[in-house]
Amino acid sequence: MAAKRVRESVFPEGTLELFAPGEAPQDAAPAGGGAQAETVLAGPRKAGARAAGAASRGKKTAVKKPARKTAAKKDAKQAAEKVKGKTAGKAARKAGRAAPEPTADAAVSAAAEPGAGEAAAPRRPKKRNGQSAEQLAREQREISISEFFTKNRHLLGFDNPTKALLTTVKEAVDNSLDACEDAGVLPVIRVEARQIAENRYKAVIEDNGPGIVRTQIPKIFGKLLYGSKFHTLKQSRGQQGIGISAAGMYGQLTTGKPVVVTSRTGSRAAARRFEVKINTRKNEPIVTDEREVDWPVEHGTRVEIELEAIHKRGKRSIDDYLAQTAIANPHLELTYVDPGGDEVRYPRVVEELPAEARAIKPHPYGVELGALLALAHESRSRNLRGFLQDEFSRVGPRVADEILAKAMLSPSARPRQLKRDQAEQLLAGITKTKIMNPPTNCLSPIGAEELEAGLRKVVAADFFAAVSRRPAVYRGNPFLVEAALAWGVAGMAGDDLAVLHRFANRVPLQYQQGACAMTKAVLGTGWKSYGLGQAKGALPAGPLVVLVHIASAWVPFTSESKEAVAAYPEILKEIKLALQDCGRRLGRHIRRGKREVEAAKKHDYIASYIPHIGAALREILGLSEKREQQIIATLTDTLERSRKF
Amino acid sequence: MPRRNVVRKIRDQARQVERGVVGGGKPSLRFPVRSLANVRYDPAKGHFTMKRGTKERTLTVGTVKTFAQTLRMMALSKALVESDDIATKREAYYVSKNWGDARFREQPESDAVMDDVEALFAVNREQLGFIPEEKGGDVAGRLVVVDRDPDSGRRLRIDCTKFGSGAYSVPISVEHLEFETEAAFILAIETAGMFQRLVKHNYWKTADCILVSMGGVPTRACRRFIRRLADEKKLPVYVFVDGDPYGITNIYRTLKVGSGNAAHLNEYFCVPQARFLGITPQDVTDYDLPTHPLKEVDVKRAKDALKNDPFIGHYKQWQRALETMIKMGVRAEQQALAKHGLNYVIDTYLPQKLSRPERFLP
Repeated sequence: MAAKRVRESVFPEGTLELFAPGEAPQDAAPAGGGAQAETVLAGPRKAGARAAGAASRGKKTAVKKPARKTAAKKDAKQAAEKVKGKTAGKAARKAGRAAPEPTADAAVSAAAEPGAGEAAAPRRPKKRNGQSAEQLAREQREISISEFFTKNRHLLGFDNPTKALLTTVKEAVDNSLDACEDAGVLPVIRVEARQIAENRYKAVIEDNGPGIVRTQIPKIFGKLLYGSKFHTLKQSRGQQGIGISAAGMYGQLTTGKPVVVTSRTGSRAAARRFEVKINTRKNEPIVTDEREVDWPVEHGTRVEIELEAIHKRGKRSIDDYLAQTAIANPHLELTYVDPGGDEVRYPRVVEELPAEARAIKPHPYGVELGALLALAHESRSRNLRGFLQDEFSRVGPRVADEILAKAMLSPSARPRQLKRDQAEQLLAGITKTKIMNPPTNCLSPIGAEELEAGLRKVVAADFFAAVSRRPAVYRGNPFLVEAALAWGVAGMAGDDLAVLHRFANRVPLQYQQGACAMTKAVLGTGWKSYGLGQAKGALPAGPLVVLVHIASAWVPFTSESKEAVAAYPEILKEIKLALQDCGRRLGRHIRRGKREVEAAKKHDYIASYIPHIGAALREILGLSEKREQQIIATLTDTLERSRKF
Repeated sequence: MPRRNVVRKIRDQARQVERGVVGGGKPSLRFPVRSLANVRYDPAKGHFTMKRGTKERTLTVGTVKTFAQTLRMMALSKALVESDDIATKREAYYVSKNWGDARFREQPESDAVMDDVEALFAVNREQLGFIPEEKGGDVAGRLVVVDRDPDSGRRLRIDCTKFGSGAYSVPISVEHLEFETEAAFILAIETAGMFQRLVKHNYWKTADCILVSMGGVPTRACRRFIRRLADEKKLPVYVFVDGDPYGITNIYRTLKVGSGNAAHLNEYFCVPQARFLGITPQDVTDYDLPTHPLKEVDVKRAKDALKNDPFIGHYKQWQRALETMIKMGVRAEQQALAKHGLNYVIDTYLPQKLSRPERFLP
């Protein structure tokens, strides 16, 4: 991690080396030298987060396509790491003296040199004591990824003991879901949070997934930044995740206990139980115990992590998170045993797995200068024409020619020698060319019916509506919005504010609601016209639950904490359209309800005054009680029948 | 109207409603419209008479509450009349508190229903057993009122010259009163303040008149008292009010020709022989009176009267006077005369005015 930070801060282009082609555009914001202070901070967090997410997904890789796709890159990385250690001090000096505008050469060598920028930071105050560069160099050394996160656990979602428990469960459940879906298994997951002592819990997550092959288990659970999925562009979970290895690391740090993993890949294989620790200095797994065990499960994985934690109920609790997960994953059968021993079951309501999301290449409209340069320099294509077609979606020979003509670049130029100004020309050419929207098979929506079924499963209400929009595109990234609402929710009062549940790629978002495009869209929708109360700039009022889901190969989160979606105009528009569709249906329902309420009111109104007419007539005319009752009955009947109010 | 008739009318109306209900229909009550739009000024009779406008209140879901309240009010009235009792408007409002959901929340609601019932049967509310709380007005001057002792029925001669700095108070019902007087005219005054000044200085002695304080818009009793007195003793009636739209179109107009609200009773509760002494817009100029600017409501009231009041509509002089007032944009109170000295009104203004009664506005 630290390595990356150096490269980004000093030579931003270098960052790209660790990024997958598809991802670079989002993060590696335009190169700007060391001046890009923001990038310095944001870069590593994002990269780390994603990397960890990918690590968790290594499981899949192991089962389906063991390391095939990413082998090359992994090798490169490991090689780079080897170099780091030896030449750290030298490189640091070099980097320290290097001009702010490094040459391409410098970039390459510094890219292999992680310690440099990291060391630069502590140097400043000491300089006044007159230390020489050589003295400084002795203190300058690499900081391992694991060490970095040990000190910055908040970056991983382990800010406090309450959040730690939630994050641990979340990472494990996300992993299980991804694994099951990739293996084509309808997921059955059981979550247990067991209290061991005060402020100490054991999280146990068990799934019926494909299991993990023996050799992969230590790496997945005992090594950060291990995985493959972040090199591809397709919808997957784990966007806010840091990975199960980070959770294991947190547990190890706070309790000293290893992660216990039990896994079985099929009826013919034996179940194996591992105890895995992480060497935080080297970012390497340590297997403290491994043995064969009897496990009645045919295939699946069970993860046990003991950690320092506090269990809370209510908003942002495990209970809440699991309930929302059940909504967004109607094909999931979920059982949760809370620390009190109470069991909550969310049955499966949809018997089919969601459509599989395909990986796609990045779309030219979404690429940025730094990313483009990096892609070109890494390209195996011999000329720009081929490069464009190979690396991007929706670019065929004709489109490639058009782009290059408009960029005033030669189609036969070598991509590896692309200069910065030429890359700018190329970007301009892309902007001027009309290119078809990216393919949308990288998306796997929940579906309107399925979403409604999921919502019904968890929320008791009178009325439901759900909408699944068609895919749309922001900055070259396909995305899709789904929305649902439940009205007349049990336990909510009429003047309560609506409850909003946000989801990104089926994962509940629980923090930073105010900063999220989904929230903005809900606030910006005119709920009054659907018969709801809404104060200016507030959520609508009523016994209402609103649910928004955005699915995308690349969800644009506002920050590395991955809890709020950025408000791109295209995204806001799609969310609003989805909400309006739901709102209109709700409006019809409410109006129908109002008519019934009015009828009831009319009945009460009549019933309270008619007896007085009877009484007055009886008094004036000296009628019998029987006659009085007859008057009341007849009049009630007459007025009940009248439609006029 | 004899009591029997009132009871019979109530029973007939109730019977009609009962039959309508039992027949499965929606019975309705027909009321005369109680507004200025439904009266015309009859110069021959000298008061407002009711036009034929009626409104029908059909028993529907929307009207069931008022309908129930109207019927209960009728039942209360019948009980009062039959037992020869009375209830003030306020008391009737409190009686309604026994009616559960049909009770009145505020007295104005019950007053409105009472006015409806009154109009429905074209009777005076006193005949229904309801009496107002309001005072009839104060009287001082050359007049002897002959009343009866409530217990013995003996004649009581009340000399209105003998109240010193006080005054005789007009009772709620004046039909049984008899009058003895040698006065030359009746002066009806808007404010108690001006009345006090004239009484204190024994103005009635100097001017040989009867002073009546109306205290704002005259009550029915006050109107009826002046009317009977003026009719029987053939006395002219001069009205002295503030020079503003309220004094003219509300106080003076109501005294002279009655109101739009109880038009069926105007015949008795008006004083057609009344004439407007002042303060006129012309007085403001002639007497150089201090003024206040007309308020928005004043202007609205004046314009409304010009447009909708049949009485104003009948007299060109009044239209000119109101138009002048709107143009001047000011109003002048009776007390404004004090600018020229506290007793200027007694020594100068009234004598000057009364020397030319033919110039009074109609």
